[in-house]
Amino acid sequence: MKVVITSSSQTLAEPIDMHFGRAKYFILADTETGHATAHDNAQNLHAAQGAGIQSAETVAKLGAEAVITGSVGPKAFRALQAAGVKIALVESACPGTEALRRFKDGELPVLDSPNSEGHWV
Amino acid sequence: MSSSPSIAIASGKGGTGKTTVAVHLAAWLAGRGHEIQYLDCDVEEPNGHLFLKPEIKAAEPAAIPVPVVDMNRCTACGKCAAVCEFNAIAMLKKPMVFPELCHGCGACTLVCPVDAIREEPRDIGTVETGLAGPIRFAQGRLNVGEPMSPPLIRAVKIRRDPAAIALFDSPPGTSCPVIATVRAADFIVLVTEPSPFGLHDLTLAVETFRPMGLPFGVVVNRADPADERVQDFCRQQEIPVLAELPDDRRVAETYARGELLFDRLPEWRDRMAALWARIEERL
Repeated sequence: MKVVITSSSQTLAEPIDMHFGRAKYFILADTETGHATAHDNAQNLHAAQGAGIQSAETVAKLGAEAVITGSVGPKAFRALQAAGVKIALVESACPGTEALRRFKDGELPVLDSPNSEGHWV
Repeated sequence: MSSSPSIAIASGKGGTGKTTVAVHLAAWLAGRGHEIQYLDCDVEEPNGHLFLKPEIKAAEPAAIPVPVVDMNRCTACGKCAAVCEFNAIAMLKKPMVFPELCHGCGACTLVCPVDAIREEPRDIGTVETGLAGPIRFAQGRLNVGEPMSPPLIRAVKIRRDPAAIALFDSPPGTSCPVIATVRAADFIVLVTEPSPFGLHDLTLAVETFRPMGLPFGVVVNRADPADERVQDFCRQQEIPVLAELPDDRRVAETYARGELLFDRLPEWRDRMAALWARIEERL
């Protein structure tokens, strides 16, 4: 299964980025093989508005079935739901490897409503 | 000049006295027999009406066109999402529209190769028009919770009649609503105050308006002879100081009652006369 982890850097050894829409990197990881690739999210990080929506589009295009992150706003939530991407939450910025292991062990709660307020510039 | 001038009253920092200057300038000019339009473009919190007390004669809804996608026709090519500057369309399995982010530019409708997009109006607020004595009055009222103010500001500004001197009361700040307000004005009056915050935000406003090539000058409100940092900045930057309006508790008291200052503080007539003279020589 392919999952995206929002990350503060290009490797899973570093802490997760707790923001979904304006995460610095998306790391696409294969839960079976452990293979991981980093994808820069700079374009959405600097977007004036709609970062979460476009990030959801990016995640869907990467072919991920789930995303592991810290918080997801209302519009990104709607977009991820429409794309059929599950949202798994970590409560603090742990290393990506730890988040991935806990996800595989079914320890992370799956979000069924947005857990962050929308915000404007 | 073929048409009467339009003057935008802006600030940078909020609460410096934009509305005070705008309504008194409007009232003074009208008193001198000029045909005046006061257009409140601070659509998130229009308050010029508190002082001018217009009789509102018409209220018209303002809307922006937002896309609606016919999913039977849509081929999911993604061109609509790619062209959107405002990230209002996400290309998931099919395009998903977020109307609250849409600026109504119409680009998605234009690029759709199979005509699957039609536009529906989305109400964002109301434009109210009326008369405040001889002053022709218009203001926008943005719907509560609505983030998209520039299209409403433009809907207020199209009420402008070139035969009258127009005063655009701007929102504070330096972002899109302010640009929508000051764009195409003949002159900008920047109202500021002698505080570090006033100076800081004035600096931002100057950096914003200078590249637009719009002429502007500064009014120092609540001027304090002990703090001339704003005046020093203006000298350094070669920005004309159009007026210094002294700090006076009676101004605050009268303002707080929603009254114009001229009855209690007749010297404000002379101040507006002097301010207008300084503006006029720059038009």
